Amino acid sequence: MIAPEVLNEWYPVAMAAQIRAGQRRVTQLLGQPITVALQDGAIVVTGQGGTMPVTEAFGHVWACPGTPAHPLFPIPEALETGRRLVDVGVVRVKCSPLRAVENFLDIAHFPFVHTDVLGAEPHTEVNRYEVSIREDSDEVWATKVTFYQPQAAKSAEGGIVTQYMYRVPAPTAAVLYKTCPARPDALDVIGIFVQPLTEELCDVWPWMALYDDTTPQADLIAFQQMIFLQDRSILENQIPCLLPLDPGMEIPTQADLTSIAYRRWLKKRGLTYGAQMVAA
Amino acid sequence: MIRLYDYVLSASCYKIRLMAALLGVTLEQEAVDFHPGRAHKSVEFARLNPAGTLPVLVDGDLILTESTAMLVYLAQLSGPEWLGPSDPKSAAQVQQWLAFSGRLAASLGMARLHDMLLYDGDIDAWRAQGHAALRELEAALTERRFAGGVWLVGDAPSIADIACFTNVALSQDGGVSLDAYPSVRLWTRAIRALDRFVEMPGIHRLHELRPAPEGV
Repeated sequence: MIAPEVLNEWYPVAMAAQIRAGQRRVTQLLGQPITVALQDGAIVVTGQGGTMPVTEAFGHVWACPGTPAHPLFPIPEALETGRRLVDVGVVRVKCSPLRAVENFLDIAHFPFVHTDVLGAEPHTEVNRYEVSIREDSDEVWATKVTFYQPQAAKSAEGGIVTQYMYRVPAPTAAVLYKTCPARPDALDVIGIFVQPLTEELCDVWPWMALYDDTTPQADLIAFQQMIFLQDRSILENQIPCLLPLDPGMEIPTQADLTSIAYRRWLKKRGLTYGAQMVAA
Repeated sequence: MIRLYDYVLSASCYKIRLMAALLGVTLEQEAVDFHPGRAHKSVEFARLNPAGTLPVLVDGDLILTESTAMLVYLAQLSGPEWLGPSDPKSAAQVQQWLAFSGRLAASLGMARLHDMLLYDGDIDAWRAQGHAALRELEAALTERRFAGGVWLVGDAPSIADIACFTNVALSQDGGVSLDAYPSVRLWTRAIRALDRFVEMPGIHRLHELRPAPEGV
């Protein structure tokens, strides 16, 4: 039995442009078969119990397998004029959907997994940053994150100290805001939308809203796919496969503040699909 | 400059990027939106390569669409020693491995596209064919080791090694483990240790395998 707290959330299930172009996507959500298709001009998601509540946002189709506890979270920056919206495309990963989100929130792995791009030795220190659970929106936020990056984005022309903010607005979605190399006064927005196929398998849809008027679309997509595929082989080898919510098995460090807040937030809200509750 | 139409996650494109890096050749890389855009199947791309495949290598009026031909071209231009020994037996063996690399792409490569980018197909068959090819490679490399060799043909790395390396090194992406193939693993490590080696997502740099100084 899947808890109602899990069923009543929104999950990404398709890239909207592909469904609008007439593609039909036969897939899974929380272990159940679903179909995403265009019917009479509207996107319809059908599961075993019939059609589901659907919404279209940030280039993707979102569905709720239960009764929505709240509307889908907003990303106001996505609507700002001048931003380029980039659908990066789906990548399947054999890992817990929660692990995919947690990895996106981690900074400490940059020099070792994204070597010479998002980090480089010896610049491995994660400076102190702040984490909170915002009461108004019930979201996890990490702010004042800084990290030295040799190539922070496709548009970066050298190493910079990048400012970051991270945000978890839904159990399987995370959004980051980072220094835009082309416009130092603005922040690029990058999201990771994770579709939980099962507790140990997910489809991941990276998405970006950037200020970059020059880089060809194919290069922007290639850059973000390169980054995410560097993570994939790590994600598929994490043990245990499920995300542990019992603090007994691990000793977190200062750098893991965001991860700890995310895990506590999941536990408090009963969002345990893809989680391990008792250390094995 | 030689231009490579490239996709960052393609094992075949990586063959060419790796070969060029090892030879010290700089390529002009043009990213093609293979996924999710399927730009390699577009009408414009068909003018360049009617087969709709990547990579494509263009040098003046020469257009190459087969990665093994590109390896030959780059090696002939910038490092003929990479063509392997020229005696009849060795030259034929290099050709044998270049063709064999196509079998790796059709098995391990397809399993990877299935598991990673959701390609439709018979995943069990692709993995079984991948294991069959890996068993052949393991047997050949074990024979080479018994004879004191490291590389597929001759005493130095050649285009045969580069052609076969990429889909083998990425086999985990398609759910095929190299645990049962120790000679293959040692050979992939030898390639990763080459001067000027470049990685791609899914193939990590060798430094993580080196023991920490205090651990020696």
